[in-house]
Amino acid sequence: MTMTNLRPDLKLIANMIEPGSRVLDVGCGDGELLEWLGANRDVDGRGIEISQSGVNECVAKGLFVVQGDADNDLAEYPDQCFDYVILSKTLQAVYHPREVLLSLLRIGRKAVVTIPNFGQWKVRSSLMFRGRMPVTKALEKTWYNTDNIHFCTILDLFDLIEAEGITVKEFVPHSADGTRLQMSRGRANWFADQALFLLEK
Amino acid sequence: MTPATGQRATLFEAEPLKLDSGALLSPVNVGFETYGTLNAERSNAILICHALTGDQFVASDHPITGKPGWWTRLVGPGKLIDTDKYFVVCSNVLGSCLGTTGPSETNPATGKPYGIDFPVITIRDMVRVQAALLDHLGVETLMAIIGGSMGGMQVLEWLATYPERLHSAVALATAARHTAQNIAFHEVGRQSVMADPGWREGRYYDHDSKPDKGLSVARMTAHITYLSEDALTQKFGRNLQAREAVTFGFDADFQVESYLRHQGSTFVDRFDANSYLYITRAMDYLDIAGRHDGRLADAFKGASHVRCCVISFTSDWLYPTAENKRIVHALNAAGVPVSFAEIEAPHGHDSFLLDVPEMDHMLRGFMTAAARTRGLAP
Repeated sequence: MTMTNLRPDLKLIANMIEPGSRVLDVGCGDGELLEWLGANRDVDGRGIEISQSGVNECVAKGLFVVQGDADNDLAEYPDQCFDYVILSKTLQAVYHPREVLLSLLRIGRKAVVTIPNFGQWKVRSSLMFRGRMPVTKALEKTWYNTDNIHFCTILDLFDLIEAEGITVKEFVPHSADGTRLQMSRGRANWFADQALFLLEK
Repeated sequence: MTPATGQRATLFEAEPLKLDSGALLSPVNVGFETYGTLNAERSNAILICHALTGDQFVASDHPITGKPGWWTRLVGPGKLIDTDKYFVVCSNVLGSCLGTTGPSETNPATGKPYGIDFPVITIRDMVRVQAALLDHLGVETLMAIIGGSMGGMQVLEWLATYPERLHSAVALATAARHTAQNIAFHEVGRQSVMADPGWREGRYYDHDSKPDKGLSVARMTAHITYLSEDALTQKFGRNLQAREAVTFGFDADFQVESYLRHQGSTFVDRFDANSYLYITRAMDYLDIAGRHDGRLADAFKGASHVRCCVISFTSDWLYPTAENKRIVHALNAAGVPVSFAEIEAPHGHDSFLLDVPEMDHMLRGFMTAAARTRGLAP
């Protein structure tokens, strides 16, 4: 599988990973990213995935994945046992985002976190003019069935990161289709559907 | 109780088996079955470990009951554990009663059955005997080792004791220690056997009667722990057994009573009461972390090259998900590659023996990847 076959948002993450490293992908789905990293970057990968179908697909690919979730299963991993821990579009869906964020950087030397940006202008205007919780391409579920329970904007996450003394090694705001947007955090907070953070404690 | 059929090896003749208790045992007979052929590279062997009252007849008819093997659903030509591709070995555990040395066998020192002079054994002792059997069969390393329940405990002891002989390992519905509740249920079973006057302090072999009643009650109790409340409700509810109304007596009015009595009474035909005492004791003594100051991960430090798979079942309250996850966390902490899932199944602990398609799906994927990384053709 070449890079062009990889889903665009996963491609952005894959670009952050040094070849030959140990990677934990939290919420690894069907294992597409881990499989690609193993085949193309000589990565020793592990996954955590909540769905049985995801676990089965990963195992069939020869990957190692533990059924579980970010809130409950990170605590059991030893300190610094991975080079990277990936948490893709999941931070807003966990019960304890701050604890999860800190766990990522306890377990891994670096963390790759991507979030949907609730500060994006379409989201803001939906709330402003329609007076309703936004349903957009990046946030496609209604308020009563969304998994997102801790909404945050790009600036919100920057605030938390800085309050915890975490270093942002890379900040990659991007559109829903994975196109990189070259802009400051302030502008990105208005215009980016999503953002990727490469973090280090 | 030694059956007329099945293969048998005599081991530990020159050098006795040193047990965890410190006792020595020599010789040790092992009843076993094999299926398929060991390839020229000797790379396709799979060891299947049976549960408490299981046996080596995993994919062939039981010599006493005549019933088909206990895992024919998964083991056989063209099946998930394909005996056309793999050399499958399953042996009767130490202390049991179907060809392997146990309390019902003749003690060479006295010329009489061991009875309760048989030394107390552990799960690790069972594993030592399996390792010696593999030596005897010319199998140096295993493509996979698989077991559920007590079979899973053996898999864990293999990971702790002989990791260098393993390529992959599957542990189903199991635990790395017996909890107080596990021990409590086993104690009820043992007390039931020992309360039977027919037990005669374990020396019933030279008498006409054996402690059938006690062993049967032990089996009835244990059987309840293998099923979920839902499974019992669904299977029996409050249905009456071949009658229109309750009889105001102590007959088996309810179907569930009749079912349990049947389970108990058929069990005594194929199992030795003293073996039941010894094997339940071995399970109770299991505490792999206990040998490492409570750190289970330390037990698995040598296994970082072994591909592992652990599966638990939602309705299993005997070895529940929490106990299985302890194993997974320890493997992870030891850097052992492991996959884990808690599979939705209604049948209780026995789910690992029953038709649970999601389990098959996961096992098939795991076994295929294990074979591929072992250099075996798909």
